[in-house]
Amino acid sequence: MNIGKIIKNGILDENPTFVQVIGMCPTLAVTTSAINGVGMGLSTTAVLLGSNIVISLLRKIIPDEVRIPCFVVVIASFVTIIEFLLKAFLPDLNAALGIYIPLIVVNCIILARAEAFAFKNNVIDAAADGIGCGLGFTLALCVLGVVREFLGTGNIFGLTVLPEAFPKTIMMILPPGAFISLAMLMAGFNYLRRKDK
Amino acid sequence: MNLAVVFVGAALVNNFVLSQFLGICPFLGVSKKVETAIGMGLAVIFVIAMACAATNVVYNFILVPLDIIYLYNIAFILIIATLVQLVEMFIKKSSPTLYQALGVYLPLITTNCAVLGVAVLNMTSEYNFIYSVVNGVGAAVGFTLAIVLFAGIRERIEYNNIPKAFQGFPMALLTAGLMAIAFLGFSGLISQ
Repeated sequence: MNIGKIIKNGILDENPTFVQVIGMCPTLAVTTSAINGVGMGLSTTAVLLGSNIVISLLRKIIPDEVRIPCFVVVIASFVTIIEFLLKAFLPDLNAALGIYIPLIVVNCIILARAEAFAFKNNVIDAAADGIGCGLGFTLALCVLGVVREFLGTGNIFGLTVLPEAFPKTIMMILPPGAFISLAMLMAGFNYLRRKDK
Repeated sequence: MNLAVVFVGAALVNNFVLSQFLGICPFLGVSKKVETAIGMGLAVIFVIAMACAATNVVYNFILVPLDIIYLYNIAFILIIATLVQLVEMFIKKSSPTLYQALGVYLPLITTNCAVLGVAVLNMTSEYNFIYSVVNGVGAAVGFTLAIVLFAGIRERIEYNNIPKAFQGFPMALLTAGLMAIAFLGFSGLISQ
């Protein structure tokens, strides 16, 4: 498999959110605005890239029986690094994402890619897979964030798009809006895929 | 703030699944039947109570004195992973029936973000030992309530005529959305 194909695979064919339906907690929780969605997506991508590379490098050293605890420690270390970087350079984003930054550790996407891909492939492929899946996740979060921010506040990426007088559906940025908008997006995605066939 | 407020707040007002989005994976994955949902809920209550107690002790007596609070994330996830393993061995030995009922869902609790989530929340809210455990059990009871109700609804939806594009996850998410609207009604229960 070449690198381009691996990346495309992560973004489209095996999109973590729309196709595999994993990593739902941050997807639903932080997408109250597009900026938060992209921030979360990119933080996760960074952790995924780092953990995929390290786990791929260590794949011949880590014994099979204790691989899950080893993965978790590697992932937790990268999450701690990202948390420090966000705290230092993007304190606003860090405050907005709050508890969901340390919770990247238990994001199933990262453990799933470590187990299914990085542990069995060489470093370059593993890095490409990390970038692909990470960007696929970021894309899904960005789309969901744009939809919810637009319907809930009339803004896109913080810029006012709808006129003041236009009625805003506050519910879209409250928890129920997250479930409902993701349900609609997924149904649309399913519809398009069925039509394709 | 008294203990009852903490408990009700964690179980209903800030329901982990429907308003904080913690533990969505098991919520969607293990909610096809009411029986398994109840088993999962009980296992989560048990693990969260133990995890809250353990992380609180480790935080206050190891991380704080040694001034290595920044390692909390690594420490907590390791505690939870070991704890789940321990609980699994203990239940296997003491109550084989319960062990069989829980089956594969027991090890999966490690990656349930509700467990790590409540540990981190306890730390950031600076709860003491008792409050941590009460907050954890409250959150877990809220999780159980949500997953059991959700499973009940899903069992019925199973036999309905759903548009093809909505079958599976979209319909489940839509149901969860409607439940989340209902749970919003609890937000007036506690005045901040």
